Amino acid sequence: MKLHRIAHARAGDKGDISNISVIAYHPKDWPLIKERLSEARVASHFGVADAECVKRYVLPQLHALNFVVRGALAGGVTRSLALDTHGKCLASVLLEMEL
Amino acid sequence: MRRVRIGAGAGFQGDRIDPAVDLATRGALDFLVFECLAERTIALAQQNRRKDPSAGFDPLLERRMRAVLPTCAQNGTRIVTNMGAANPLAAACLVQRIARELGLSVKIAAVTGDDVLDRIGPHLLEETAAPASALGQNLISANAYIGCRAIVSALDAGADVVICGRASDPALFLGPLVHSFGWHMDDWTRLGRGTLVGHLLECAAQITGGYFADPGVKCVPDLAHVGFPLAEVAPDGNAVITKLPGTGGLVSRSTCTEQLLYEIHDPERYFQPDVIADFSRVTLEEIGPDRVAVSGASGKPATGAIKVSVGYHDGWLGEGQISYAGANCVARGRLALDLIHARLADCGTGILEDRGDLIGIDATCRRASLPLPALADIRVRYAARCRDEATARRIGEEIEALYLCGPAGGGGVFKTVREIVGVASAFISAEHVTVTHEILEDQHEAA
Repeated sequence: MKLHRIAHARAGDKGDISNISVIAYHPKDWPLIKERLSEARVASHFGVADAECVKRYVLPQLHALNFVVRGALAGGVTRSLALDTHGKCLASVLLEMEL
Repeated sequence: MRRVRIGAGAGFQGDRIDPAVDLATRGALDFLVFECLAERTIALAQQNRRKDPSAGFDPLLERRMRAVLPTCAQNGTRIVTNMGAANPLAAACLVQRIARELGLSVKIAAVTGDDVLDRIGPHLLEETAAPASALGQNLISANAYIGCRAIVSALDAGADVVICGRASDPALFLGPLVHSFGWHMDDWTRLGRGTLVGHLLECAAQITGGYFADPGVKCVPDLAHVGFPLAEVAPDGNAVITKLPGTGGLVSRSTCTEQLLYEIHDPERYFQPDVIADFSRVTLEEIGPDRVAVSGASGKPATGAIKVSVGYHDGWLGEGQISYAGANCVARGRLALDLIHARLADCGTGILEDRGDLIGIDATCRRASLPLPALADIRVRYAARCRDEATARRIGEEIEALYLCGPAGGGGVFKTVREIVGVASAFISAEHVTVTHEILEDQHEAA
């Protein structure tokens, strides 16, 4: 099952840091999301070599996780050569994860 | 004490204008806030001001003000905005001219003091750990993310329109709340709550169904006519987020949760010039159709350090794109990228950094190991940061030359060249930032 079936997400940027929230649609899926989406798993999904670059924050009352990924934006929106300089698409990429 | 009604009229420089007009007309708002500055916008505006001392403010200022000023003046809705960008005073003068022309008597204030270019030299940049002065001639601008104090003093002085440059985005909303409720600037809990209201509203439609729809999964009714949000804020800083009846979009626990965490790092520590806001224990409750009650934010004392956005010239961007379709299109796209690399080899160190993408395969995230989809067409994109404009021009030229000298069946070339303005961050002590407001003399009444 893909994460997309049970959660929604939103990506934002500040400098070269992307943050991606992951939010359960239903409270019953929250424990699974919290268990499966470790920092290491998310780092590996994005191919981030250094897992230290990924930091996870937990907001249980909102059934939400917030991932902060450092160095994710090729230098940040102002100088990145990427097509999606903000990394707006990264939330959807994370939702592709197989649980 | 009654609740304050505060709405968002824009969430970025190019935002839609009609929803702001609707809020001004039907929202019974006390305040309408336009947030129009992104990280790089202020540096670009500073460049414009250097070329023309009367320029440097938001290019849409006149259109937005003409659209909402008459209604706001009539309804007693006061306007706060950062559309002053690099030149709040010139922006305020323009708004005064517009008001006079429309026969409106409104008091206009400009907030200044965010420009710290003359002081930034010795401060270290986060990105390079070198002082800003090391940028030499490439240094363009340095603007501090100022807090809400000068907005509050302008409103206290009776301003109907407050025009700032680089204020922190939530401060544009926090200012009117501090003014209205008389919160003390060391009431960290209320400042934290007011910051949350500002954070939730500052991206306008991003909390009313914009940047949210995912057909079949997350449905948004009538997104074409998405309404902009407003908050009904109680004197204790807790609030209800909603939108006008009859507008498209939705306000739900889901839209509010996504926006609560948007561009937040540690939810316990959202650093602002006036407070460190704590969103970690916020609760959201749907209390009616398109009505979400927000409570539980708090705050801690501000750090005393203010973030500064430093703009600098960072070379030239050259970019080009070309499409390939049908059988074997991916292989032809890869061949195109190989040819571009080979033909640009003579640029040597003129190319500082480059990147080739196959749009449809790896352009938005090249590191996730996803299966290769079946594609009807792909688009080749090559971009490079170059030392000079002439080299940047070569990029597009070589991509265009793929029409005749490249793989079979390439079409739809696009090419572009632009100057790159990079943005770095520094921190400056609040003592070194002197913020003030200036009320423009009402020449309309005087005349």
